Amino acid sequence: MKNKNSTNYQLLGYFLIPFFGILIFKFISNNPSETFGDLIKENNFTTNTSLNKNSSDYINFNFDVKPILSDKCYTCHGPDENARKADLRLDLEQGFYGTLEDDINKYIINRENPHESELIKRIYNKNSNEIMPPPESNLTLTNKEKETLKKWIEQGAKWKSHWSYSKPILPEIPKTDFSNWCSNEIDFFVANKLESKGLKPSEIEEKEIVIRRLYFDLIGLPPSINDIDDFLTNESNDAYEKIVDKLLSSKSYGERMASIWMDLARYGDSHGYQDDQERIMWPWRDWVIHAYNKNLSYDKFITWQIAGDMLPNATKEQILASGFNRNHKITQEGGVVPEEYRVEYVADRAVTTSKIMMGLTVECARCHSHKYDPISHEEFFSFYSFFNNVDEEGLIVYGETAPKPNLKITKEDLKNELSFVNLPDSINDVTLMVMKETENLRNTYVLNRGSYDSPTTKVSPGTPKVVLPFDYKKNPANRVGLSKWFFDEDNPLTSRVAVNRIWQQFFGIGIVATPDDFGSQGSKPINPELLDWLAYTYQKNDKWDTKKFIKRIVMSSTYKQSSKAKKENLLIDFDNMYLAQYPRQKLSAEMIRDNALASSGMLVNRIGGPSVKPMQPPGLWNEVTGGGGGSLAFYVPDTGDNLFRRSLYTFWKRTVPPPSMMIFDAPTRDFCVAVRQKTSTPLQSLALMNDPQYLLAAESLSKKIFSEKGASEKEKIIKLYRTVTGRSPNKTELLKLNSYLNEVKKINKYSDEKAFISLSVLVYNLDETTQKS
Amino acid sequence: MEEIHKHFLNNNRRNFLKKAGLGIGGLALGSMMDPLNFGKSNDPFSALGNNSLNLPHFAPKAKRIIYLFQSGGPSQLDLFDYKPKLNQLRGTDLPESIRKGQRLTGMTSGQAKFPLVGSVYNFKQYGESRAWVSDLMPYVGKIADELCFVKSMHTDAINHDPAITFFQTGSQQPGRPSMGSWMSYGLGSLNNNLPSFVVLLSNGTGRPKGQPLYSRLWGNGFLSSLHQGVQFRSAKDPVLYLKNPEGVSALERRKMLDYLAELNHEQEASFGDPEINNRIAQYEMAYRMQTSVPETMDISKEPDHILKMYGPDAQKPGTYAANCIQARRLIEKDVRFVQLYHMGWDQHENLPNQIKGQSSDVDQPTAALIMDLKQRGLLEDTLIVWGGEFGRTNYCQGALSDTVYGRDHHPRSFTVFMAGAGVKPGFSYGETDDIGYNIVKNPVHVHDLQATILNQFGIDHTKMIYKHQGRRFRLTDVHGEVKKSLLV
Repeated sequence: MKNKNSTNYQLLGYFLIPFFGILIFKFISNNPSETFGDLIKENNFTTNTSLNKNSSDYINFNFDVKPILSDKCYTCHGPDENARKADLRLDLEQGFYGTLEDDINKYIINRENPHESELIKRIYNKNSNEIMPPPESNLTLTNKEKETLKKWIEQGAKWKSHWSYSKPILPEIPKTDFSNWCSNEIDFFVANKLESKGLKPSEIEEKEIVIRRLYFDLIGLPPSINDIDDFLTNESNDAYEKIVDKLLSSKSYGERMASIWMDLARYGDSHGYQDDQERIMWPWRDWVIHAYNKNLSYDKFITWQIAGDMLPNATKEQILASGFNRNHKITQEGGVVPEEYRVEYVADRAVTTSKIMMGLTVECARCHSHKYDPISHEEFFSFYSFFNNVDEEGLIVYGETAPKPNLKITKEDLKNELSFVNLPDSINDVTLMVMKETENLRNTYVLNRGSYDSPTTKVSPGTPKVVLPFDYKKNPANRVGLSKWFFDEDNPLTSRVAVNRIWQQFFGIGIVATPDDFGSQGSKPINPELLDWLAYTYQKNDKWDTKKFIKRIVMSSTYKQSSKAKKENLLIDFDNMYLAQYPRQKLSAEMIRDNALASSGMLVNRIGGPSVKPMQPPGLWNEVTGGGGGSLAFYVPDTGDNLFRRSLYTFWKRTVPPPSMMIFDAPTRDFCVAVRQKTSTPLQSLALMNDPQYLLAAESLSKKIFSEKGASEKEKIIKLYRTVTGRSPNKTELLKLNSYLNEVKKINKYSDEKAFISLSVLVYNLDETTQKS
Repeated sequence: MEEIHKHFLNNNRRNFLKKAGLGIGGLALGSMMDPLNFGKSNDPFSALGNNSLNLPHFAPKAKRIIYLFQSGGPSQLDLFDYKPKLNQLRGTDLPESIRKGQRLTGMTSGQAKFPLVGSVYNFKQYGESRAWVSDLMPYVGKIADELCFVKSMHTDAINHDPAITFFQTGSQQPGRPSMGSWMSYGLGSLNNNLPSFVVLLSNGTGRPKGQPLYSRLWGNGFLSSLHQGVQFRSAKDPVLYLKNPEGVSALERRKMLDYLAELNHEQEASFGDPEINNRIAQYEMAYRMQTSVPETMDISKEPDHILKMYGPDAQKPGTYAANCIQARRLIEKDVRFVQLYHMGWDQHENLPNQIKGQSSDVDQPTAALIMDLKQRGLLEDTLIVWGGEFGRTNYCQGALSDTVYGRDHHPRSFTVFMAGAGVKPGFSYGETDDIGYNIVKNPVHVHDLQATILNQFGIDHTKMIYKHQGRRFRLTDVHGEVKKSLLV
């Protein structure tokens, strides 16, 4: 019914969108969210002023000085005791105010007489024997950096501990002139920051753009024309919120969230080294989807994955969740020393877990004390020891898909607590890898240079002291205790790192641009008060309720604002770091393909089960396997439905990952990755133009559009454009699309229908199609 | 909008990679960056970033490189490292005084005895340089005066996966960029129509079902994926998705791109997103590749005498010989880094038979490639490297019979050779002991070789760095020494 009138709707929509935008805008501005008042009442904490200095002359140690010292000085004057020169440490307070090792009359920093400070003298020195950093380091300070250090000393050289190591305190909601623009607390923080930079927030985005943005962000799929029309015509105040709620309770939400988690969890369907044979871990992936969909709180989500197998009376579901830390690569290469590789697996778990939970790159401390962050060599192995007791083999038997420890899931289990595991009818049971401790716990030693055959001193389980010392009275010295430590009220990193990653999911870049490095060398938060407010709120108010937290983000004006760049904003903040407009972003590899499948009507939207093999160019696997690799020697594409499943189900052979994902910047899944690259390459253009999957989508969509009788050519074009990009074309665009269609007809002497396929190919290649605007 | 775009182009640190090439002549793939803008910025997410690489650090000798990687570990003792004493000692046990408790692979560590075994193949001295080469490589022998043999290579790894990864990335564990990606990152592209880092694969006849390769070997690691190696395949589509679908004419494609650009410009006008311009440029590059790649790979116009030079496999797509011709053609088009992999050198058993086929796969084409480049004047600034990830043991793996033996992996000593671009021709460097187990003179570590290769490109290996997750990385990690003795 609707189709007949669709053109009218579209035209109407086109004019009304700005109007609706204003309506929403006005509505929201007058209705601060409910929780707002409560939070203000609750706010009896002092603002974390250490993070809050805007004055341009003031040098902030953490934000201005520390990054310079860390990057240019810590290699020799940092935490690594073996690399330290002149017994001078600039990562600790006492280091600054002492004297030179060989001349007690010379102070590193002379607060009485700043210009007598050895630090200043050395960095401005022209003599190559005295200048710091020394020439052989290949490091130099820029004039601006020198100036900053000098100014800081002139201002009294005040030292502060690293910002991320003290726990977040609930900051006050700041005031802003743009309070009318604000929908919830998030916006006050953003607007306040914009104001201080001379920037202005953008108006609320057009409805048809914002709904597509929301669909991709929450479920990874595009809205249908009906979804868009319903929203465009729904004038009620809660129309947007209703969609948010609908999407958060849709099963596709779990799939979207899981596809992000799989990068972090380095999920793969093959073992990853040498012959790279098949492994079975997909039931774990099904659990992740399930956990997100049932909104398992973040603390449980993590605890079960780290220590599910060790919880008292662990359920099968909890044991299954612990498969998380078996997703690392495992070797089958005959001839290796098994212990060498077992050490790799344990290290991978330690590194992955700390990256995800603490946002710290501890791997440096595997070989020597960390050069930049105060994490010692010994502390690395204390942390490592939590993961060192798995009852596993370093070298697994050729062809083994789920080496021990493992869990068998039967049809019987599916009737009960594991109903979310999508075991195909033809299979009676499935076995996957999980965690389990050995009977006799291993001793853990510091490994010299990180090497398996060089154990030195014995260590016991522990955590980096600078973050939060491990309390042995409170927590058992095992993975359960470690999970408790992560969720200890005093842990400064868990909540910050978690909310930052969620922020990145929606805005492309985290408040801390390095989600895996909250240490010395990482980026500093662009809006520290907002980060802390979010961290505090997720932990204390939301009690780790992820859906609730996400809803707050997508309800904010910051999220709903327009992505159209404004000249006056760009001149001040060309990277849009402060979010004066919504950051337009490229869709992820999964979304690009899923958009084609969904919009063309080919998508088989079924949840879970064994990974699938969609179309890919023939020969890619056997060219490199040389015929070895068991069941994975040759790529045999699936048939039927499995060709059209969502991309997160695509079979992941690590040594030859799926090209349709790799070309669009998916990581190899060799290890944990917290940020994907964002590139544009000619290979991407070629894939969108010529990959049969996209051609099939174009064909299928054209057929669908042509099967509806009575539509004019113009209506057909509009329908095509809206289905693929979510937006009605404007006049110029319509004209161009139409003229291309005519040209194709002319060049190829094509029928209307055939030429329309060519037009569909064009539309699938549009920039807008692969963007989230 | 114009003004804003300029602003973007000049300043946008985060978009650095995207803007590459917009200035002149369009984008390149991998390293298809505008060479003028190379190395001006760094990891968009690093806290401080922005290390100017100032490359080249000094005048380069090499502009391009062909790395002929012999995957599996060729037996130096049957090819180049002539050890008559091994034949005399045949069957006697490897003395512990020589082995010194060195780690063995799990495949032979359980052997009760380690009987020494010399090659069944004869060796001859060739050319003025009197280089020893076995009968397995007569063509290579004939050009010995062009070659620089390093007989004292050694590596840290003893198994394939870590050892190949080490050779290609400087680290045994996956995750670092490949050498070709480093060069692409550091030096950029020399051409506008082809990737600067191209990969060609072939399967040897020596050992069917040999050990595999992994696409991460030519991966960009933490560098931008613009720097990844692009596989040119012998399949219908030499580059993935290169060919237009059946029935789509070049004219239609051209029209589509024109309309696409116009429509994308519309978008750009409304969103002011500079990334859109970049994407338009990428489509143009893709379009150019659709012509330039098949053109480069089409050997139908190669004259007979050239095809003949490369041997009987020259016209069989996907063979090592065919890839050698491709490599030369790519070099002629100024592709910076051509990486060949020839699989099948992993001869644990029945080595005498297997190595025969494997050697004949590569012998004639390798020699032809070098001489072909020379006659075209390209050898002067093209570096050739031939070698595998480790060598093979001087003792027998498995049972030793009169005609059959096998050799296990041996990281302690092996041979590679180089040619062209400022390496000494007709030269041998380094020595192993008289039973070919340990190096006794002038050892060259993998990182040393990498440092030396970079050196030929005007790169100081200690200075070509990339900051990732707060740490400065380089191809040679924190090691490596340029081996000046190998250079002219």
